[in-house]
Amino acid sequence: MSQREAAWAYFFISPWILGFIFFTVGPMLASLYYSFTRYNIISSPQWTGLANYRDIVKDPLFWKSLQVTVYYASLALPLGLLFGFFLAILLNQKIPGVNVWRTVYFLPSVIAGVAVALLWIRIFNPKIGILNPSLAKFGIQGPGWLSDPQWAMPALVIMSLWGVGGGMIIYLAGLQGVPTALYDAAKVDGASLWQRFWYVTLPMMTPVIFYNLVMGLIGAFQYFTTVYVATGGSGSPARATLFYNLYLYQNAFKYFEMGYASTMAWILFVIVLVLTMLVFRSSQVWVYYEGQLRGRG
Amino acid sequence: MATRVRTRSTRLTRLDRAFRNVKVQDLVIKAVTTLILAVGAVVILIPLIFMISTSLKDRNQLRRSPPPLLPIEQVTVEVNGKEEPLYRVTVEGKSRRMALIKNIPGGKGLFVDPANPDQTVELTVADQTPLQHWEMHWENYPVALTSVPFDRYLLNTLIVTFVGMAGMLLSCSMVAYGFSRFRAPWLNVLFMILLSTIMLPSQVRLIPIYVFFQKLGWVDTLLPLIVPQFFANAYDVFMLRQFFMTIPLEMDDAARIDGASPWQILLYVILPQARPAVVAVAIFHFLWAWNDFYEPLIFLHSRENWTVAVGLQTFDALYSVNTHLIMAASVVMILPPIVLFFLSQRIFTQGVVVSGVKG
Repeated sequence: MSQREAAWAYFFISPWILGFIFFTVGPMLASLYYSFTRYNIISSPQWTGLANYRDIVKDPLFWKSLQVTVYYASLALPLGLLFGFFLAILLNQKIPGVNVWRTVYFLPSVIAGVAVALLWIRIFNPKIGILNPSLAKFGIQGPGWLSDPQWAMPALVIMSLWGVGGGMIIYLAGLQGVPTALYDAAKVDGASLWQRFWYVTLPMMTPVIFYNLVMGLIGAFQYFTTVYVATGGSGSPARATLFYNLYLYQNAFKYFEMGYASTMAWILFVIVLVLTMLVFRSSQVWVYYEGQLRGRG
Repeated sequence: MATRVRTRSTRLTRLDRAFRNVKVQDLVIKAVTTLILAVGAVVILIPLIFMISTSLKDRNQLRRSPPPLLPIEQVTVEVNGKEEPLYRVTVEGKSRRMALIKNIPGGKGLFVDPANPDQTVELTVADQTPLQHWEMHWENYPVALTSVPFDRYLLNTLIVTFVGMAGMLLSCSMVAYGFSRFRAPWLNVLFMILLSTIMLPSQVRLIPIYVFFQKLGWVDTLLPLIVPQFFANAYDVFMLRQFFMTIPLEMDDAARIDGASPWQILLYVILPQARPAVVAVAIFHFLWAWNDFYEPLIFLHSRENWTVAVGLQTFDALYSVNTHLIMAASVVMILPPIVLFFLSQRIFTQGVVVSGVKG
């Protein structure tokens, strides 16, 4: 019985096992190998040892792309968290038409992609866009946004905030999962609205915040479509939007430096791994899991 | 006796007042919330309105600076062989329609009755209302959709999306079933490995996969976008498994006693029970595949194999001055996700399934 059961189990999970071998582990090992070679697809890979790694630490564009990505993450993640959380709290109230509001705020995140990037390029355009004329009504002289090295990144962050509904919906689900009994107990103890937020809502929400933070960090290193569309794949102006993933794409599929791109991919993998581990480790201090004795308890 | 009654009544009014205060506080919070949400909703919707309105403008309307939010045009009338803007003006307490033929310093303007162009009136321009009418160029849509082989892009996108969806649903429900209903050595370890691949950045696999498909001769076909879907992915397996776990084991047992095989249990017991989760996973897959740009960009080289996302980006790269046509094509591209979203809103907004953030 038990052996037959195990056989069935492996049979049912076999698609994933095959996929894991052929589309995850195999390619990962292959790309680790490529990272020690020069490889342009046409001729076979040539072993160059650590040459790629030595070149990469001297490559100013590699450092630039790292800096651009971290800069984006340092703006977009905290702002996304703030706005997403705030909206989720508002949308968790019992107000009339709450489902209509939720729909409106979530709408932009279902249409992400090329069309949205094309739209925002035009909104930011100082000539044909609507953003700068609207700012002018408040007496603000709008910058050149995507054509200005200083303002290109804030423009991308604003775009990302338009899609904040995706994070919001996860916070909202988290808020709905907070047991009302906790609020009732706090009320009985005479906790004010602010205290209820600070001592009940926030600690209960830390796992969700944590999840969004990890996914957001990984997302920043995968950031591609918007910036590819907005800059024609160049990371202009003055490489102010040369995201890590864009530079990797350029190396792999524009210059066909597959070895160098694999090196970038593995460095990225290590960065994401380290960051995730750091966030996980720090989470023991600030993330509260119900039924867990350590941490805040 | 009398005093006792009075105390009780004051206590009642005090309680009553406290109750009312809570109510007032509640009401204020709700009002402020609604106000903030309304302002935010306008900010969220303006870009979409701008998109639709731009898709309906012609080149002349596009050139206006600042661009009007809606495709509205000034009504003009011919006066002495020139097109002049028409206004509703008030002259001696009477409302009339007159054309503005000349601006005079000091915010004033020279107005004439189009029927009687010799008689001019001087009025403050800001006090008069310009006559406007909607001017919508629906023909932008057919023009945009025929200037590139949009039907071909659409067909490719539909094939990739739906064949991939079938593969994903088949493989992921199998795997989720395997992980939720059986006991076997190492199964828990394998599940942890599966979960950890959610965090894996795709770039670390992409280049060898590209090389592999290149060797197979699959690059520049739709196969690299479809075939991997048949090998399950961590997100959807996780979501389905979580739902399968909530289905009582007694149902499997009952079916097994009736002689059902594990396959039949999956098909006739688990999947029908898990309909909401299956639908949610399918919808998220549709949105992801429909909007995906990175992989189609890498794998599809020739025009006839492009998906809508790649075709639209290239359309913009070639004809970016034709903002109205590009916005028209963009509206067409966002329409299916929006329609689907409205049809299945509950899944999104009421948190039936929330971890559908696919990378």
